[in-house]
Amino acid sequence: MSVIYILISISLALALLFFFIFIKSVKSGQFDDSYTPSVRMLFEDETKISSKKQSISKTKPNS
Amino acid sequence: MNKHSCFHCGIEHTNKVTIAFADKNFCCNGCKTVFEIFNESELTDYYSIEKTPGKIPEAIHGKYDYLTNESIVEKLLEFQDDELGIVTLHIPYIHCSSCIWILENLNRLLPAISSSTVNFPKKTTRIIYKKSETDLKGIAELLGSIGYDPYISLESIESNTDKKLHRELLYKIAVAGFAFGNSMLMAFPEYFEVDEFWLNQYKTFFRWLIFAFSVPVVFYAGRDYFVSAFKGLRKGLLNIDVPISLGISVLFIRSTIEIIFDLGQGYFDSMNGLVFFLLLGKFFQQRTYNFLSFERDYKSYFPIAVTRVKNKIEEVVQIKDIEKGDRLLIRSQELIPIDGIIIKGNASIDYSFVTGESTPVAKESGDKIYAGGKQLNGVIEIEAFKTVSQSYLTQLWSNDVFNKKKNEHFKGITDKISKNFTIAILLIAAISGAYWFTIESYKAINVITAVLIIACPCALALSAPFTLGNMLRIFGRHKFYLKNATVIENLADINHLIFDKTGTITSTDKHTINFEGDELTTEEFINIKSLLRNSNHPLSRMLYDFLPQEPITTSFEFNEIIGKGIEGIINEHLYKLGSASLVNKANTMLNETAIHIEIDGNYRGKFIFKNNYRKGTKELFNKLQQSFKLSILSGDNDGEKETLSTLLSNKTELHFNQKPEDKLDHIKNLQENKDKVLMLGDGLNDAGALAQSNVGIAISENINVFSPACDGIIDASVFEKIPLFLKLAKQSITVIKFSFIFSFVYNIIGLYFAVTGQLSPIIAAILMPLSSISIVTFVTICTNYIGQKLKA
Repeated sequence: MSVIYILISISLALALLFFFIFIKSVKSGQFDDSYTPSVRMLFEDETKISSKKQSISKTKPNS
Repeated sequence: MNKHSCFHCGIEHTNKVTIAFADKNFCCNGCKTVFEIFNESELTDYYSIEKTPGKIPEAIHGKYDYLTNESIVEKLLEFQDDELGIVTLHIPYIHCSSCIWILENLNRLLPAISSSTVNFPKKTTRIIYKKSETDLKGIAELLGSIGYDPYISLESIESNTDKKLHRELLYKIAVAGFAFGNSMLMAFPEYFEVDEFWLNQYKTFFRWLIFAFSVPVVFYAGRDYFVSAFKGLRKGLLNIDVPISLGISVLFIRSTIEIIFDLGQGYFDSMNGLVFFLLLGKFFQQRTYNFLSFERDYKSYFPIAVTRVKNKIEEVVQIKDIEKGDRLLIRSQELIPIDGIIIKGNASIDYSFVTGESTPVAKESGDKIYAGGKQLNGVIEIEAFKTVSQSYLTQLWSNDVFNKKKNEHFKGITDKISKNFTIAILLIAAISGAYWFTIESYKAINVITAVLIIACPCALALSAPFTLGNMLRIFGRHKFYLKNATVIENLADINHLIFDKTGTITSTDKHTINFEGDELTTEEFINIKSLLRNSNHPLSRMLYDFLPQEPITTSFEFNEIIGKGIEGIINEHLYKLGSASLVNKANTMLNETAIHIEIDGNYRGKFIFKNNYRKGTKELFNKLQQSFKLSILSGDNDGEKETLSTLLSNKTELHFNQKPEDKLDHIKNLQENKDKVLMLGDGLNDAGALAQSNVGIAISENINVFSPACDGIIDASVFEKIPLFLKLAKQSITVIKFSFIFSFVYNIIGLYFAVTGQLSPIIAAILMPLSSISIVTFVTICTNYIGQKLKA
């Protein structure tokens, strides 16, 4: 048995893995809207906002 | 007076009394309320993501009452069980990142909403909510209160077929792309045709592996081409898919035979590449404007349900269930869904949906009103005297024109050329086959298949989708949105342009008001304005806004005579403002909108309301008349005939008093005389004409407001650029023609190899992708270059 069969099957397995990942991501709806997520990722996390808010409201009366 | 811009909506206002909250300045209480709501829930980041992102909220009282009706809610919900409900709402106002942010943080305003997800390109929000804590009405009212009114109609419920088609194309591209890459890689060693021990040993293994990759490409990814070719042939048409599927099948069969009998490595890699590129072209062409709908009929304008009063009980009924004789309650800002008679209340109806004319019409009880108008203030009660489908406006939709798809019989430039192309290829294959048969007969079949393989018109099939698809995007960036790429081809053929008048060449919201008569003193102007302030009549409101004077605030006697006008005594002078009959004057000009003024019994003159033509109308018509026939089809009376004929060139045909059906028939007649008609209109009364014309374009001041079914929507701000758009459409066709020449050159080079019997897999593997890629590059550069002209 030659090593080439092993190498080919490994490369093929890898390619197939990516293929199935792509199919899965289409199925999950990732490609239905390619714009909104790009904006969404720039929003700050909610917890950060409220803590920032609190610090601002605390400092404000003094200034 | 200082100008302030509102912190919420950015509108500049000159309010004397500033409406302020937390150091912020607002134009109205509505905007302030929205800010307060956000402030309470710590959502003021809304204002830091984008500046002045908001909109003045509209009155919502009772607007969403129909959402308590079980059967309606059931139709709107995507999913529901005992606890959860999922709904996707279309919100036309979504326009910036702040919108996305606030809508995805809805649960901080209403904890009953467990999650909300925005789809920006489609302008929708998918909301999951707990049914025990809120209902659809609550959600709609919350959205309305922060200025994001959802647009709900039974038509708006998205059909999932679009999504499925989109996904299926992605799967096919994935399959073809996967096979293309891997088979190219594995075919590579054999390209060099060397006789080498290891290569010879593994040759068969590689070949069959490539074969395995190719089977799904032919039978799954490329299936549509076979189906389309078969359909075309059955109708006797040689469309572009015929030579494509011929090429694919010859490629597959010949390559299979070659590897079975160990004759060569076959052309599987080229075939996979071919299908991959073709599918990419399809994908490029398929992208359209998700947020615009081009297929609306009257049902999407009308509300889903109205309030019916029966035995003094108010109930919500669906529009289609209204019967003749039913009493309906129409609230402020609601559309009148049906022809009827006003029973109670004074109506002020804005028919701009129907005619494009936004000056409201006043009606009182006993008057007939027609479906399609929007009640502006106050509640009225009407009695339906027809059902919805029999109403004056909606009857139009029973016309055949709305039942057939417009572009079904349209032959695009690619289809026109593909017939001759296919015949030529078959001839070349036959002749060269016959030639080789006489010399070396065993080579004949080789040559025939090689011709069919290399002539497979991949580049030809790609040039039109890429050119038109790119042009479509360039137009879209300049606020001219087309339904699909075929419309550009249609645009290039147009030789007759027809314009609607009101709302199309006149702007919807602006009017010029002129005063005709004796000079009035400043004091008299002030008094007139003071009187107008007390009237809710639409014309009074417009005149009030027009007069620059400041009204006095002292009290005076005032009386409104319904249907006629107003009168009042200020400083012992008797003022009468209103219709001609109020001031006892014969109405000399029938086709004129005016307010007559009488002071102390002396007739002083009248304010005349005139339409305002869009900026650049004259230049536009002058430019267009050089290359097109022009007409105006107006539903209005000929009151503006003289203005129009001086404004527009005398070559323009003018037609007045055109009913919706007349417009449609007029276009039909022109088309029978071989004219290719472009119709520009805006209202529902143009819907028939837009559907009948070769290209129907709706013009709109705000593209998020609904326009009738059409092939394209143009923003009113680029109205002047229409000649340029038409010119660019023509130039795109020239680009396509040049790229055809380009791809013919490739074909001739390929045919040289094929006819002389030298087509090796490596030549096919280089030539076929190269031709596709260079064509795509060529047309993309060309369209971007000619698109530059729009920027000026």
